[in-house]
Formats: sequence, structure tokens, C-alpha cells
Amino acid sequence: MIRALHRWPGLLALALVTILSMSGAALSVFPAAERLAAPQVEAGLTVATLADRIQAAYPGVEQIRRSPSGRITAYWFDQGTPGAAVINPATGEGVALADPNQTLRWLTNLHRSLFLGDGGRIAMATGALAMLVLSLSGAALIARRAGGWRRWFAPLRGPLAARLHVGIARIAVIGLVLSSTTALWMTASTFDLLPDGGAAPAFPAEVSGQTGVAFDQMALLTDTPVAELRELSFPYSSDAADVFTLKTNGGTGYLDQGSGALLAWADLSGWERVSETIYMLHTGQGAAMLGLVLGLMALGVPVIGATGVLIWLVGRRGRPRIRGNQPASRAETILLVGSEGGSTWGFAATLHAALSQAGQSVHVGPMSGFAPKRYARAQRIILLAATYGDRAAPASAKGFLDRLNALEHTPDAPLAVLGFGDRSFPAYCGYARTVAEVAAAKGWPELMPLDMIDRQSPQDFARWGRVLGDALGIELDLSHEPVLPKSQTLTLVSRRDYGAEVQAPTAILRFALPRVSLWQRLTGGGFARFLAGDLIGILPEGSAVPRLYSLASGSRDGFIEIVVKKHVGGLCSGQLTALEPGDTVTGFLRRNPGFRPGRSRAPLILIGAGTGIGPLAGFIRSNRSGRPVHLFFGMRDPDSDFFYGEEFPVWKEEGRVTRLVTAVSRGARPHYVQDALRGEATQVAELIRNGARVMVCGGRDMAAGVADALVEILAPAGLTPAVLKAEGRYVEDVY
Amino acid sequence: MKSLFATLALTTALTFPGLATARPVTLTTTLNNYGGDGAYLALYVTDASGAYVGSLWMAGGKSKYYEHLSDWYRATGGDTAQVNGITGASVGAGRTLEITLDLADALFDAGYTLHIDAAVEDMRDSPNEVAVPLTTDGAGTPVRGRRYVASFAYDM
Repeated sequence: MIRALHRWPGLLALALVTILSMSGAALSVFPAAERLAAPQVEAGLTVATLADRIQAAYPGVEQIRRSPSGRITAYWFDQGTPGAAVINPATGEGVALADPNQTLRWLTNLHRSLFLGDGGRIAMATGALAMLVLSLSGAALIARRAGGWRRWFAPLRGPLAARLHVGIARIAVIGLVLSSTTALWMTASTFDLLPDGGAAPAFPAEVSGQTGVAFDQMALLTDTPVAELRELSFPYSSDAADVFTLKTNGGTGYLDQGSGALLAWADLSGWERVSETIYMLHTGQGAAMLGLVLGLMALGVPVIGATGVLIWLVGRRGRPRIRGNQPASRAETILLVGSEGGSTWGFAATLHAALSQAGQSVHVGPMSGFAPKRYARAQRIILLAATYGDRAAPASAKGFLDRLNALEHTPDAPLAVLGFGDRSFPAYCGYARTVAEVAAAKGWPELMPLDMIDRQSPQDFARWGRVLGDALGIELDLSHEPVLPKSQTLTLVSRRDYGAEVQAPTAILRFALPRVSLWQRLTGGGFARFLAGDLIGILPEGSAVPRLYSLASGSRDGFIEIVVKKHVGGLCSGQLTALEPGDTVTGFLRRNPGFRPGRSRAPLILIGAGTGIGPLAGFIRSNRSGRPVHLFFGMRDPDSDFFYGEEFPVWKEEGRVTRLVTAVSRGARPHYVQDALRGEATQVAELIRNGARVMVCGGRDMAAGVADALVEILAPAGLTPAVLKAEGRYVEDVY
Repeated sequence: MKSLFATLALTTALTFPGLATARPVTLTTTLNNYGGDGAYLALYVTDASGAYVGSLWMAGGKSKYYEHLSDWYRATGGDTAQVNGITGASVGAGRTLEITLDLADALFDAGYTLHIDAAVEDMRDSPNEVAVPLTTDGAGTPVRGRRYVASFAYDM
């Protein structure tokens, strides 16, 4: 909802808001320039003295004005010829032309009305309203994403466009909210929608009839400092019934030109004061510094706008277009998608197309948008749910379980859950299972039992489609071709071989970074930006199914590095370990945000065995800030498969790793990495009690052994790995 | 053609002897190139004693700026009812405002004066920009304003 409130006004009003902000930024310079150029007024100068000086220089003076910047302008007639000048208050003489600045006038008219009169004013006010809606909805999105208003300035992640968008917006939003609200107030005032009109006092009926009083005989003028002055109008020389009109910051009054007495006075109304303050806040006239700051913030708008459009475009590309998507309130079939990387959306699109073709009206939406009250005509609800990490909700299903749990009654329309996952993981389709369990426990009627799709298998999907078709009494033929991310060609630059002597031939392969286009840099696509621990998908020749490897390097290292062990009969590992420098493979990047050391300064305990050392070595290599890192590394034989054995002494010297504990499994006394942990139990427990974060990478058996060891080690401290996991302080990347 | 007949009678609550006889009068106001935004102009009539009689035209739609037409504002107290139905757009620099209204015969050769107050944003206020006595002889004779009006004439 908030996102829609942010996206659509943003796209619609982009041009308008850009013109508003750019012209506003340009205009913000003028009050400051005027302030600097205005001749300074001596301390204690009164209006009486100033008027005396000006009248001496220009006997035909009619009006003296002081702008909020302090600039004083006089208007006079000299033998019928009108004259005007900026006045030096010290002498009363003109020092500069008083004609309006044509650039300023042009910019002002562009800014407030696009040169289109009242219609243009309304258009620009609409732009200001859009800016306000965008600012407020954007602020809500930033807070939501950061996890609360207090974490407003939390470090930013993600592609460059997203970081620029939020990074600039979270500072500029203050100025944009101020500028847009004051703009709306000023428009309302211009169109007389506010009771802030000037209230001049009634013109005096009786005057002395005399003329020629000296300024120093006019008490109000000798009492009013020039800093308070706004305007002093002189009476017509020929009209004895006319008066002096004085406007100050406090109000308006009439003075007798014979006696100098104050004849009438009216204070500024409360509304006028508010409107003037708002005018000052918006224009910077009288608050030049604030004006410059607001102008600077407005300069961010074009960047925010452009990056916003980019983010929207990329988000759209991530999901397939669903043609003829029905509104949730009218659809018979509700199809909700829980997807992390976007591939599940592809399945949803295929299912939507097939059902629509069979004459069904289908609504497709994210699981996070689950709103059963809106499904007025739904006859069935289908969930397509991937899993993130172990059992966690994927990105587009955030909050689904909370909403389901909060329901008093589940919908009457029966439910089918289809899980997507990888059978080689122990928590295969863990999230889909959880959802199905909760739904069953709440008594949600079942359309079909839980089913699962292994590794995006089109065959599994087609089979499930036939069962669904039977349940609906229609012929349903689902032929889905998964769309793989666009892969790039990678060239091997070097390889280091290990482990041949222990029957575990392994290579550390280093590939050159492929060329990154500007578009990829902005949108974070391709290999523009990645961290150690992210995954690379390699497509071996002769197979359409990619194999994933953990990266041992980040984009800042300037190369792509993986550690690959050759498996007997392994298609991909066989091809990779046969590569020679100069050879190429095709691969794509897949992010793995769940397996990152984070930016905290808390100590890291890295635990890995075999090729699992890859990402851990990457973390150590990128530890430039000297964060304490304790590495537990299991190998077969230090003389054969001690990966990165050459680098560790250097990294230790540079403070990238604090301590390295190795465990050797070949030999008289086999020693595994969990044994090494137990050997250091006291220190490990101490570190974890003090907030250390544990990261485990390697084979499944090793991870299980490590978890068991940690249960023992942490028991005296009253902690368990499960508690650490819940706190996000214990993460695994297991294969 | 705007009928000032009803307007004057309504807005000023003044009755003229022989009001029944009126004639169409064209007021032509041409502004010089003063180099600013559109000018607000108030056209109004005072009697022989200088007292406000009624308004003929208001060029400029935003009443919050009327205070800068200071003589008109002072005479009417800024009462927008005085220009209800006889308000138009402000007049750009170098442009001409031409309006035709039915003016009572009794306004001519009887000491009445036609005034124009002018004001431009960020420039000088020019009350009494133009003041011409309404006479049958004076019809068709252009006069200059003090600051913004290059020429003003009324034709019968």
C-alpha cells in the first residue's frame, strides 16, 4: 500500500517535481546573493533618519521599502520622471538599479506557474502535493526497511541505484517536506483560501490639515529602527488631507503630515504572521541560509527521481509480466507467490496463463499482500512458496504467517500449497511446510495436499498441474521453462591445485571480473557488486541446470574466486577443475544475503572444513578493519589440502585474522573441526557470551558435528545454538 | 459589452439624476514596457470633492494584492464587492486593455474624475497613475500615466 503510494505519484509527477526542485534550487541562491549585496545598515539607525537622508537626496521620494534581506529601495519622481534605486542607508544615495532581476523573474514564474497563469499555479501545487506524498510515503518505506525510525541512518545495502535513492532521500526529505507544505500553504493563500489578508486600519477621517512636519518630530519614526521597517509611503505633495503610511514587522499605521501624530494603527493578524513566516521558510527571503540548505536538498530530487525510476524498472523486470491479472475482489482463483529471487513468479505466470486460458478468472499477487477480506468471489486459494534459508519466509511472503495467525476464521475457499525448494537441503520446502501446517491447524479446508517442486523441475510442476486440473475438473497443461538469470562469460586467470595426494583433488580457481556496464553498476545487475559468501551459478556444458558455488572473493577484490573439489563423475566439477588459464565458463551471480559477516565489530567465529573454507577466506581477506576473527579450519593433511596456506601468515600479520586453529583428519589421531572447537571450549564460550557471531560453511555432517559440539560448549553459559540462530548470530552455509 | 448600469447602482448605492440615459464608452489603456510581471490596474471614479463614486474595472484577480492599489484600497476599504463581475486578468507589460461599458451621461462634464491605480510585483506601487476629468471634450484625447501607462483614452 505504502509502496503504491510512493511509486505512482512518483512516476506521474516526475517531470513536474523535477522542474519544481531545479527551479527552486536555482531560486534559493538569490536571497543569499541579495543579502550579501545589500548595503549594511548602521546599528541604531531609525526610520526617521533614513527617511530624512533619502528625502535630501531625492526630494520627490514617494515610497521607501525594505526587503527581508535588508535591502532598501526608494521610489521617487523627479520632474515627472519616475525613478527608483537601491539605497545606501548611510548616505541616502542610490547605489544600484532597483529594476527587477529578469532571471529571477523568469525562474519565479517557471517555479510557481510554468508561465501558465492560474492553471499553471494549480499544476505546480499538484506537483508540490505529489512531492509531499512522496516524501511521507518514502520516509515510511525507509523506516520500515531499516527496521524503525530510530535506525533512520542505518547502513545501506543493495545496488548503487537503491543506495543513492535512499541515501540522498533520507537527508533531503526534511527539506522537501518543508518546501512542499509551505508551497501548498502559499498556493492556498494566493487563491484567497486562507483568511490571511492584510487588515489596514480605517483611513483617518480627521487630519490636522497642516503639512511639512520634520521626520524627527514624528515619534513613531524616531522610535522605529530600520530593521523593523517594511514600507514608508509619503503623502501626495499637493494633498493636505493625505498622510504618511508606515508598515513595520508589527503592523500598519497612518501618520499626520502636519503634526506627526499617529492617527490610526492596526497590528498584523495572527494569520498574517503565520503566512509571512511560511513565506520566509519557503523562499529563504529573510532566512537566506535556510534557503540555501533547502535549495541544496532540492538538488537531490532529480537523482532521487532517476534512481527511483531505475529501481522500479528493475523490479518490474525481475517479475514476468502477468497479462490480464484480475483484481483480487473479482477473481475466482487467488494465486499468491512467496518468492526470493523471482523464479517462483515465473511458475505463477505459467499457472495464471493456463488457468486463464481454461476460462478461470485469476488474481496473482505476493503472499505478503494476503488480505482474505478482499477475496469476495474466491473459490480457491493457491500458494506457491519458496523457502529462504532454513525455514524462513522468502522476500515476497514477509508477514504472511503473522496475518494468517491473526485471522479469527480462515477463508472458506479451500487451500492448495505448492512448495519450491531443493531436495538436497534438510529443510526441503521448509517454509511451505510451515505454512501448510499452520493452515491445517487453523482448520483451513484443503483443496489439495501439500506438494513440492524440486529444483524448479518442469516435470514436477506439470504433474502437479494435472492433479490441480483434476481437482478443478478442467484440463490443465502446465509447460514451464524456467528462466535463468542472464549469465556472463568468465575467463580463468589462475588456478592453484591441492589435495591430489589425499584423493581429494581440489582447485582454487580465480576468474577475471567481466566487464560491467553502467546499467549493471546502477542496478546492481550481473557481477557489478558482490561479496564473499554470495553464490555463483555455473552452467556446465551439456546441462541446463546450474550448479552453485560459494564465492571466496568480493567485487572489491577485483576477481571472482571459488574453491572446487573434483567429484567422481561430477559433470560441473569435472569441467571446472579441468580449466586452464584462458579457458572460459558461463556463470551468473546469485546473492546470498543470509550468509554475511555484517558490519558489526563483534568478534567472528568462522568454522569450515574442506572447500567450505572458500567464503570464510573471503571474509578474512575483506576484513580491512581489524575485526577479531577466529577461524577453525578442518583439513585432511596440512601438506596437501591446506587451502590458502600461503596467505594465512600474511593475513595474520595484517590483522585480518586473529587466530587460526586447524584440525587434521588424516593420521594416527583423526581430529575434526568440532574436536578443535571442543579443545578451545572455554575461549569459544567466552567469545559467544561477549556477542561473537558464528558462521559455519562446509558439508552437512561437519555442520551437524559443529552444532553438537556447540551445544556442549554453550550449555554452561545457558545458551544453545538454536537461541543464537534466532538472534541471527549463528548462520550456516551447508551443502 | 459590460453594463455598468446595474453595477454602479448596486455597488455604490449612489443614484444619478438621469441615470436612464447612458452611452457606451470604450476605455483603452496601453502599458509601456516596464520589464516586470503583469500589472494590476484599478479603474474607478471620484466626484468633484474627491470622494469615491464607483469602480469601472479591476485588472487582476487576486484580492490579496489589492492593497498595493493603495488609493483604491483606501477609498473602498479593499471591499471586493466593489469589483464583483467587473474583474479581469492583470495586464502584461506593453499590452493594451480595452473595455467598453455603458456609462451614465450624468458622469460627464460634472466634475467627475477617472483614476487608475497600478501596481506590479516587486516594483513600485503607483496609486493615481492616471487621473483624467470626464468631459465630452476630453474624449479621444490620450494621456500618459506616471509610471506604467503609456497612454489612456476614453472614446464615446
